[in-house]
Amino acid sequence: MTPDALLGGFTDAPRQSARAFRAALEAMARPGTLWPIDGAAPPAPLSVAAGVLILTLCDGTTPLHLGPSYDLPVVRDWVTFHTGAPLVAAKDAQFACGTWADLMPVDRFAIGLPDYPDRAATLIVEMPALTNQGPRLTGPGIATAAHLSLPETAAFRANRALFPQGFDTYLTCGAQVAGLPRSTNVEAV
Amino acid sequence: MTDQTAYNFAYLDEQTKRMIRRAILKGVAIPGYQVPFASREMPMPYGWGTGGVQVTAACLVPEDRLKVIDQGADDTTNAVSIRRFFQRTAGVEVTEATADATVIQTRHRIPETPLTEGQILVYQVPIPEPLRFLEPRETETRKMHELEDYGLMHVKLYEDISRHGQIATAYDYPVKVEGRYVMDPSPIPKFDNPKLGGNAAIQLFGAGREQRIYALPPYTQAISLDFDDYPFAASKADHSCDLCAAPDSYLDEVITDDQGSRMFVCSDTDFCASRRAAGHIGPMGAPRAGADVE
Repeated sequence: MTPDALLGGFTDAPRQSARAFRAALEAMARPGTLWPIDGAAPPAPLSVAAGVLILTLCDGTTPLHLGPSYDLPVVRDWVTFHTGAPLVAAKDAQFACGTWADLMPVDRFAIGLPDYPDRAATLIVEMPALTNQGPRLTGPGIATAAHLSLPETAAFRANRALFPQGFDTYLTCGAQVAGLPRSTNVEAV
Repeated sequence: MTDQTAYNFAYLDEQTKRMIRRAILKGVAIPGYQVPFASREMPMPYGWGTGGVQVTAACLVPEDRLKVIDQGADDTTNAVSIRRFFQRTAGVEVTEATADATVIQTRHRIPETPLTEGQILVYQVPIPEPLRFLEPRETETRKMHELEDYGLMHVKLYEDISRHGQIATAYDYPVKVEGRYVMDPSPIPKFDNPKLGGNAAIQLFGAGREQRIYALPPYTQAISLDFDDYPFAASKADHSCDLCAAPDSYLDEVITDDQGSRMFVCSDTDFCASRRAAGHIGPMGAPRAGADVE
């Protein structure tokens, strides 16, 4: 194990994870809005936001898939030491983390069952930039319309068509997070 | 229990909170769908809000101001004990003012004061399954949700009409969320149903004994089931509040003596008190709290 893997976790897990979850909840409940999220210092290439989401939501009961460019010893060791999440292939994952290119094709991920649509994967997509410009979002959580710099629209439109099945997505960049649940309609502008 | 440092922040252990948080997020992503979760024993009996307490514990941050209401009232046993529970185990500030609260845990009411963005409303739910009294088997109701087979619910509402001349369901009135899942809004009066849809706050529902969590994200469509010729109508006692004269709030009927005298008062105590503080006085209201009520 790399020595750095022991560093960079929460220093006050109950409070830091509570604040991080509130940001994650608001992000998922209000698609297209950007929320600050921090409290941990994960090793590169993990962003602060992606690392904090993993610390907040993953544990020994949640299989995690790391995209090829994130499947590095330093990341594997850090995730294993701080969360105990089993690292698995895409089809078995409850959470997945990587760049959009890493996670393609996204139809490998669990979309839940018709009677248990909650048994679906949550993707943490690392973005080079995250802004309120781009495809138009409508649906639950959005009063009229929102805009978010998504990596593409076709995959999210196909995912919406599976509703109530489908995967849910967090987009992360630096210490910012945005959510895109399966319920959101995405239109290119 | 006086030493709050003896407990983890907000009582629950971190592993449990992560499990509840994952269920909440899936609930938010699938509005109206009941997510199973591994409900824990809480230091209060089932029926006292163990589901709501677990959802609140998973959501609270140290900076929150918590409001707890029971049938609209801040000062009833259930509300007082849950409020004190989180004061002691999470050290959060508490308030009775709806507008000042960031998290509101409620039993059977939605506050009269409109909620805003940044607020979370947590419902205590006894029976989360709207179809349970029509079909007792979980395997069957799950299949009915999967197939969107809600005909039985419409039959039930139709039988209400054929028996009573109107839809007699006055609380726990089912809603259809975003045209997909039929959802039980917990036993709120149907007067509150119009506030479920399009609400600016996040609404989370926790059923402890039944081990289900579900959610309505902000600005989500929630339509009360009805028929074209028998449209849904929110109803309340045909009266105005005897203390604050509010004509449009949900009222409790209170028997005041052995001769059958009665009065109608707002069920939302904070709403009623702030109206009286603003100078609205009803027929039986006194100008100042503490003065004799005639």
